[in-house]
Amino acid sequence: MVAVPQAKDIENKENTRKTVLSIDDLHVWFELKRFGFGHAGYVKAVDGVTFDIHESETIAVVGESGCGKSSLMKTILALYKPTKGKIVFDNKDLSELDNKGLHWYRSHVGYVQQDPYGALAPFMTVQRILEEPLIVGGIKDKENRIQRIHKAMEEVKLTPVNDFLQKFPHMLSGGQQQRVVIARAMIMEPKLLVADEPVSMLDASVRVEILKLLSNLQEKHNLSVIYITHDLSTVSYFSERIFVMYAGNLVEKAKVRQVVDNPLHPYTMALLTGTSEPDAKNAETFKELPPGEPPSLVNPPTGCRFHPRCSKVIKGLCDVKFPPEFEPEPGHLVACWLYQ
Amino acid sequence: MTALKNSIRDLLRYPSAILGSVILLFLLAVSVYALVTIPYSEAVRLWRGGEEVWYQNPKYAAPAWFNIFYSKKKPVSFSVRTTDGSMSKATTPSSDPEISTVDITYSFDYAYEGVPQELMIYFTSQFKDKFSFVSVSWITPDGRTIRIADMAVDHSLTFRFSQDQKLQKRLKTEDVMQAIFMDPESSTQADLKGQYQLVINGTTFEKDATIDAEFVLHGELFGAAGTDKYRRDLLLPLLYGTPIALAFGLLAALGTSLLTMVIAAAGTWYGGWVDELIQRITEVNLVLPFLAILIMVGTFYSRSIWLMLGVTILLSIFSGSIKSYRSIFIQSKESSYIEAARAYGASSSRIIFSYLIPRMIPLLIPALVSAVPSFVFLEASLAVLGLGDPVLPTWGKVINDAFADGALYQGRYYWVLEPAILLMITGFGFAMLGFALDRIFNPRLRDI
Amino acid sequence: MTQNNRLLRIEELVLYFNTRQGPVQAVDGVDFVLDHNRAVVVLGESGCGKSSLAKAILRLLPRNAGTYSGHIYLEGRDIMPLTEEEFRQNIRWASISMVPQAAMNALNPVIRVGDQVGEPAIVHLGVDKTEAISLVKKMFRHVGVPEDFISRYPFELSGGMRQRVAIAMALVTSPILIILDEPTSALDVLTQANIFNVLKRLKKELGISFILITHDIATSSELADDVAVMYAGQIVEVSDAYRFFDKPLHPYSQKLMASVPRLHGDTEPDFITGQPPSLINLPKGCRFADRCPARFEKCAEDPLVIETDDRKVKCWLYS
Ligand SMILES: Nc1ncnc2c1ncn2[C@@H]1O[C@H](COP(=O)(O)OP(=O)(O)OP(=O)(O)O)[C@@H](O)[C@H]1O
Ligand SMILES: Nc1ncnc2c1ncn2[C@@H]1O[C@H](COP(=O)(O)OP(=O)(O)OP(=O)(O)O)[C@@H](O)[C@H]1O
Ligand code: SF4
Ligand code: SF4
Ligand SMILES: [Mg+2]
Ligand SMILES: [Mg+2]
Repeated sequence: MVAVPQAKDIENKENTRKTVLSIDDLHVWFELKRFGFGHAGYVKAVDGVTFDIHESETIAVVGESGCGKSSLMKTILALYKPTKGKIVFDNKDLSELDNKGLHWYRSHVGYVQQDPYGALAPFMTVQRILEEPLIVGGIKDKENRIQRIHKAMEEVKLTPVNDFLQKFPHMLSGGQQQRVVIARAMIMEPKLLVADEPVSMLDASVRVEILKLLSNLQEKHNLSVIYITHDLSTVSYFSERIFVMYAGNLVEKAKVRQVVDNPLHPYTMALLTGTSEPDAKNAETFKELPPGEPPSLVNPPTGCRFHPRCSKVIKGLCDVKFPPEFEPEPGHLVACWLYQ
Repeated sequence: MTALKNSIRDLLRYPSAILGSVILLFLLAVSVYALVTIPYSEAVRLWRGGEEVWYQNPKYAAPAWFNIFYSKKKPVSFSVRTTDGSMSKATTPSSDPEISTVDITYSFDYAYEGVPQELMIYFTSQFKDKFSFVSVSWITPDGRTIRIADMAVDHSLTFRFSQDQKLQKRLKTEDVMQAIFMDPESSTQADLKGQYQLVINGTTFEKDATIDAEFVLHGELFGAAGTDKYRRDLLLPLLYGTPIALAFGLLAALGTSLLTMVIAAAGTWYGGWVDELIQRITEVNLVLPFLAILIMVGTFYSRSIWLMLGVTILLSIFSGSIKSYRSIFIQSKESSYIEAARAYGASSSRIIFSYLIPRMIPLLIPALVSAVPSFVFLEASLAVLGLGDPVLPTWGKVINDAFADGALYQGRYYWVLEPAILLMITGFGFAMLGFALDRIFNPRLRDI
Repeated sequence: MTQNNRLLRIEELVLYFNTRQGPVQAVDGVDFVLDHNRAVVVLGESGCGKSSLAKAILRLLPRNAGTYSGHIYLEGRDIMPLTEEEFRQNIRWASISMVPQAAMNALNPVIRVGDQVGEPAIVHLGVDKTEAISLVKKMFRHVGVPEDFISRYPFELSGGMRQRVAIAMALVTSPILIILDEPTSALDVLTQANIFNVLKRLKKELGISFILITHDIATSSELADDVAVMYAGQIVEVSDAYRFFDKPLHPYSQKLMASVPRLHGDTEPDFITGQPPSLINLPKGCRFADRCPARFEKCAEDPLVIETDDRKVKCWLYS
């Protein structure tokens, strides 16, 4: 179980582990059109993001709705072109890959989506759904494909396999649907798995089951996983590092325990306050939350993007100058002027 | 497979589906029957044939079953012949080997009001040099024997009762029909009902000579469907028009729907100028006068039904439904399963054909079925406008002929009503089925 | 407190849906009580009948509703015998209103949110348009939506704001009870926390009672005074929140509680194996028996509801 990784282990591993994916100063901007043609600015969904993921490492990207998490992931999945910046996978720059290279890349990256029902074509049987990536991936031999489907379904515990092969998605429960999505993501035996809020649409009682499944697969196949969520409480079971994202930027990067036990960025602190644990006392107190809503990504605030909502704002600095990353403790990066 | 079975089971829950299917199965059976029994070339030959093909039939005869509606039954046409045994023939050799006698008799029950339009006998005879000879007589129900004619028979000979002047003289009237069907005892001179008999006594004067005869009664009613101005049996176009109507309707509906869908899908998927172009073509096409173009093509180029079909499909592809398909495709384009397909590298054509279009099949099927009648009607309308296929017997052609001949003014309603009712039944059948299919495939309308 | 003083008392409430496969026993004999100015949380897995319970209380029955019976006493008066017209005038929205599941996504996209929120006031209270608008403004203040959002369209609002608007719509007729069906499931953590702050404030300042329907135990504790756990159409445990979150009684509740991932603390979350039974073919005996780790022979019979220390539990372990 990867559950709560010991800080020391990670330290040791990190030195030897190879970098799988490295993102450098990534920008993803969407052009806004006025009346369908005139230029009306950009939605700066991802605005200067840098990080590395190592072999068999799991990281979590946490942030509010609309902060750019999915845009970041879809760019990594080569569904969007970066506006600026580099994505390097296995020492190959994505922007330099030709069609064949892109095919190769896609077969090495698995994608688990948020809404399991929407992620499965309603008119395809489970078998067909799982066969598709294999066909697209050029596996010509039907026998071989069926074999791999069986293997993938066994791995996600959709057993007995034959009971499920001919079913349509609507005949499955939410948890089973998500298992099919995971099986599809795993079927090409990827090196990197991108899971975009894989459990947020599921019933609370099956969330843990799915997360445990993902974490078992990660261990077994030495997968690198990017896990996107807005729910910090599930992160500590699953990831080694957390990146906190706010308005297109990563504002804090550290190991899970560091973030949970010693959050540095005021926004991270707010996220932790917002996360509930089952406790009857909760009903008696109001939560101290940052006022307002996340800023527009078209005209984000100057300086620190969190400053209009931040209770610790340093007037004259935070609202003027964009905070660089500081490292107040080893391996714990935070983009906030409080730590300069 | 089970999905198909389930859909059929679902379908049978709707009475309208059952009704629609029964109608369509019936039409299908008619089509198969027509195509099997009447080969295409034969259908064309018969339809285009004149007197020489249709001489046995009366003109303008309503169908025989119209008698159900009349208290005074009208004479129904028939024809019998010795060649197929429907009229009995007995050949007796005489002591002289060169001479034989041929006795042909036919008796029939005449229970109609009024007299037939005409009686005719077509003789055919085979001989080398010596003509055969026949004498024809007529036995009425009250036992009188009327001598009709005595004549030599060439290789073929047509004898028309009412036009034979000798007979007119002998009967002392121009109205032969009245004379031979009349009851002489009756004060009102009403026609006599009962068993009539035609007796033909023939003699051949060569060893292998033969005589054959065909006896035709032209009544006021004829067959299952009646006849038109050219004595053509309307059953032919009614039967043969069925496969043509179905084929035209189905092919046009299928061709249009599929092509529209593929184009709409491709436009939505590729977006940009492809989509723009399709949109603009659609807008232009929407204001083009559809029927006028068809009429122009028909008038100046060719009226072949297959050409019309092609033009119809071409003009219908970029129709309003391209816009409605497009709006649905735009939604499914954004769906996460397509995003997933892109992520594992599915190509554009794979996405269009395996992901976008199958999603629409449930919408397509009822729409397609419901679209068939409008194309069937279109084909008929073209024919009514005189742009029907020049050689094929179609329903629309029948209506066209009827109009051209002023059938409705003459009270010959059957001529127009028969094809019109078939058109309506076809439309109704497809509409009923389409309605049920819509309920099944369209979950929003579905009862739980 | 006498029975008549209670805000809401539900007895033997049943709601079945007719389907081709047979009746779906979505609400199958539900009892519970709710006092003034309190909030009860109805917890349960997807498909256990939570939304159907809400619909049964508000008599919002779908076309294929089958058996619908039992008693619902609102401040001592049985509202089941009321005619549809009386129910619509005096109960629905006037006394009990609801924020339906996914209400924030069900707002009409082409009508300004102010008009949508004012609509129930016009329909159920008979106020005129200007009065409705001033009511709407008041409600917007209560739920923390800026007043000038009145003339905006739903797509111009964030998810959190739309959910607040949906709550304002339930609030505008000043009901004494609001049923919230999964009000925060689709929202992110900070927005959830914000909405719960709003609900707490409404409860404190306006004295409103709530029935909160959810499958998320952790956030449910933000509002709960009492907890009712629902499983396969029935309530299997009713308890006050303090004792429930400390130590639930029913094996199903215990399993649910163990499945909650926690930020702090080292216990691994666990999950419940198997799936709930189909509501069309319900098993005999305890409906949870298939998945219950504590199952024993007696469980083959339908368990009685046992009351211990003011807590109710439908499980043979406590008899
Ligand atoms: N294709 C696009 N075109 C224009 N704007 C987009 C596009 N995709 C996303 N955006 C905008 O970019 C911003 C970030 O969106 P994104 O989906 O990445 O957020 P997210 O963090 O994943 O949010 P959520 O938690 O709601 O999924 C949003 O404001 C969104 O409206
Ligand atoms: N109109 C209906 N006809 C038939 N079955 C229905 C109908 N409405 C709900 N059901 C079924 O009744 C059961 C209970 O549904 P309900 O919506 O009450 O569940 P729920 O607990 O609210 O679930 P969720 O958490 O998914 O909202 C489900 O099995 C559902 O499929
Ligand atoms: S930089 Fe300033 S405004 Fe931004 S989070 Fe830190 S203290 Fe707050
Ligand atoms: S009655 Fe039996 S099966 Fe049911 S919850 Fe209690 S112990 Fe488990
Ligand atoms: Mg997202
Ligand atoms: Mg529900």
